[in-house]
Amino acid sequence: MKKEIKFHLNGEEVVAEVEPHWTLLYFLRNVMKLKGTKEGCGYGECGACTVVVDKRAVNACLYPILEVDGKKVITIEGLSKPDGQLHFIQKSFIEEGAVQCGFCTPGMIMSAYALYEEKENPDEEDIKEAIEGNLCRCTGYIKIVQAIKSAKRRQQ
Amino acid sequence: MTFNAVGQKIPKKDAPLKVTGQALYIDDLELPGMLYGKILFSKYPHARILNIDTSKAERLPGVKAVVTAKDFPPNFRIGFMKDNPPLKGNKVLSTRDEIAAVCAISPEIAEEACELIDVDYEVLPGVFDPITAMREDAPILHEELGSNVLKLPWKLVCGDVEKGKSESKYIVEDTFTTQWVTHCCMATSGCIAHFDINNNLTLYSNTQIPSLAQNDFLEALNALGLKNRRVRIIQVTIGGAFGSKLDTYPYEYIAILLALKTRKPVKIVFSRDEEFFATSPRQCTITKISQGCTKEGKLTFREVEMILDNGAYTSWGATTPSVMMMPISSLYRVPNVKYEAKCVYTNNTYCQAMRGYGNPQATFAIESSLDHLAEVSGIDPYDLRMINANQPGEITPQGFKITTCGLKECLEEVAKRLNWREKRGKGGGKRGVGMASLIHVGGGARVYKSDGCGTIIKMDDFGKVDVFTGATDIGQGADTVIAQIVAEELGIPVEDVNVIHNDTDVCPWDVGVHASRTTFVAGNSALYAARKIKARLTEIVSKILEIPQEDVEIRNGIAFSKSDPQKSIPVARAIRRAHFTTGGSMLMAEHFYDPNNENLGKDFKGNLSTAYTYGTHGVEVEVDTETGKVKILKYVAAHDIGRAINPLLLEGQIEGGALMGIGFALSERLIYQNGYLKNGNFLDYKILTVRDAVPVETVIIETDEKEGPYGAKGIGEPGLVPSAPAIANAIYDAIGVRIKDLPITPEKILKALKEKAGTGNKA
Ligand code: FES
Ligand code: FES
Repeated sequence: MKKEIKFHLNGEEVVAEVEPHWTLLYFLRNVMKLKGTKEGCGYGECGACTVVVDKRAVNACLYPILEVDGKKVITIEGLSKPDGQLHFIQKSFIEEGAVQCGFCTPGMIMSAYALYEEKENPDEEDIKEAIEGNLCRCTGYIKIVQAIKSAKRRQQ
Repeated sequence: MTFNAVGQKIPKKDAPLKVTGQALYIDDLELPGMLYGKILFSKYPHARILNIDTSKAERLPGVKAVVTAKDFPPNFRIGFMKDNPPLKGNKVLSTRDEIAAVCAISPEIAEEACELIDVDYEVLPGVFDPITAMREDAPILHEELGSNVLKLPWKLVCGDVEKGKSESKYIVEDTFTTQWVTHCCMATSGCIAHFDINNNLTLYSNTQIPSLAQNDFLEALNALGLKNRRVRIIQVTIGGAFGSKLDTYPYEYIAILLALKTRKPVKIVFSRDEEFFATSPRQCTITKISQGCTKEGKLTFREVEMILDNGAYTSWGATTPSVMMMPISSLYRVPNVKYEAKCVYTNNTYCQAMRGYGNPQATFAIESSLDHLAEVSGIDPYDLRMINANQPGEITPQGFKITTCGLKECLEEVAKRLNWREKRGKGGGKRGVGMASLIHVGGGARVYKSDGCGTIIKMDDFGKVDVFTGATDIGQGADTVIAQIVAEELGIPVEDVNVIHNDTDVCPWDVGVHASRTTFVAGNSALYAARKIKARLTEIVSKILEIPQEDVEIRNGIAFSKSDPQKSIPVARAIRRAHFTTGGSMLMAEHFYDPNNENLGKDFKGNLSTAYTYGTHGVEVEVDTETGKVKILKYVAAHDIGRAINPLLLEGQIEGGALMGIGFALSERLIYQNGYLKNGNFLDYKILTVRDAVPVETVIIETDEKEGPYGAKGIGEPGLVPSAPAIANAIYDAIGVRIKDLPITPEKILKALKEKAGTGNKA
């Protein structure tokens, strides 16, 4: 039995008929065709699917779609401005060399984004806490932490 | 020499796509009419298949095809030894054996259909370790072969080991074992197969070997009766590879078969569970090593015997002993060497290439044993390494011609930064320092008959360049490094160079992204192609400006006279002038670069690579003797890489490699029990998180390799090769116990400490 939900996705209102057993990740990737949010495991252990719901980073693969009703969801597609201007965290990831294969990148950036929503000046411990659920197999995390740390410099 | 583009920390070219979520990975791709494939894997590690009933699956609405072994030609086999049928009809030999596959209009229906397939098995006794598998009475996996020991002749003899023993004042002998570890690419494996109306195949793929895969799939089409067809490989953005995609796998052939049956694009993408149990890990090894030295510490011999668990089938990974020979014969100067290895079939998962290709397992044994030898001979481990360090210009016993070699510099840097003399042996039973080095191929590796890579370059009317390279980007940054090399050579900005590296229809042949060869081989290929373009360009400019060709210089997209810089013309305008005229021409060039290295001979000797890369890792650890936990306090990674074309990406390779090496050393292990994987998920299989990240201090030693592009050598793999022995050696320095079995878990440390306490002081 489909149900109707209404929520904000990347600043726009979405009204959709959804199956109650769908996850937010399923909805984003298969209904909205937003492929930027990745599935690395499907069971909450890799963070590749991280999106921000009401300013909190969540694993979209575990997040029931019905629960987004009335909420504000931001995905990686919603970070840059419509004119293509990148968010300062995105810029920082590029410039600091924090991207290799890039599969973990959207999730990492969304975790970092939620962190910056909460704290203006996160320290290294905050950063580690924010991304401890995001696995990366390529970078050794050093440049990712560096990118998040130095992102504030790029914040105008 | 000063550079413009080379040596710059230039961000990876595709990073903007990746940070915005626009890069498309295999799971992101959807083609019109696409179907979803799913594979039914075996329930048992060893069994005869009595019957497969697919009728219920076929009747499920939404199912478009169901295939079993009988849909492939009866003798169709894949893999290095052609021992692997993509779908198994008679016998299954491991729990990842493919029995049947379906495709349907949704992944959910495909999965449900798989569950509806009934298979009758006759369970057979299995064999789950190579030692048991070599026994007379062990069940034979491939009955037609008559033995579980693979007929692969891994044997290297250099000099005279017996003589070396007789010249030794000190000799040590130890046995080391390593575990299965898996790549854990963050994107799971997958492909989309699609036939056009003329039965030509397009495969959207993650492969690291587009040209070789093309060849494999052409063979498959031939076997399926489609003669003389075309295969086009389009690589999507690859979400991690690390060697896992250096072969073609059953799932790809199954997708092709399903696509052929249905005439629709068929996608197979693994779930994370499947990624864990149905992809091929690094070989686990049992290594008996002995080496000796004179009173002065000069190495006299090294003798190594190794047994590798091959698993049930044979991929290219069975050739890792050919790479293990490299450190065994040529890491430090050792005149007499003997190495023998056996690969043995078992009912476990079959193994494959993983970053370092056997080198990490061999180096763990060599470098741990070397510390043991240092202890026995009373020579400081650092001094012992310096005494025996390789030097430029030498030819190693295996026949490697060492051109550039910064091993001594690497050792010195590590010792200095670790404060070795002050710290070694003075950690108060808690802290310790250790080091280990590596040698790896850094100038290609002639594994196949060709080690080449082709490049085509065209320069358009606006002065922009398209480079079509055979190279593959798996996240390491081939796209960027090649652009830098071309930009440097042509005197244009890096952003004006577009690198196309993902389509066999337009990109030239390349042997694949393996052996840390891409910067060196694809880099040289691009460099020489760019040189050809440049020669044409300077010729054009010299005519327009009426100056000698040698007087033309190009910088930042402007061509000018060196002697009279007032005379200048933008490159783009010069090109247009040459183009838009009667009998005009366009700027295009190609080059196929094949390095001057050699295939190993029957005796496994020869100059495998055009250049070799060296490095040393140094670690300071603190061991909690209550809990057995190891904390890494400092980690120095010094690498001789010839020249850093892009220090940013280079550091990324070393940092990521080191962390993967630390995981190999301390936490990662696939646990198989009687052929079943017990920890195939991210909760139980511990890849390191940001909490475990170590501030790796990268030290770049530039030795300017003459044959390398702008002096560069390869660096993709070396970062993880010496991590495990460096850590093991540091642990020994800290607490006096040597763990010879990876990973070095707290339990093993506690057990060893207990044993040590129980037996007096012997570790
Ligand atoms: S896909 Fe959601 S945590 Fe891995
Ligand atoms: S960049 Fe590849 S997983 Fe993080």
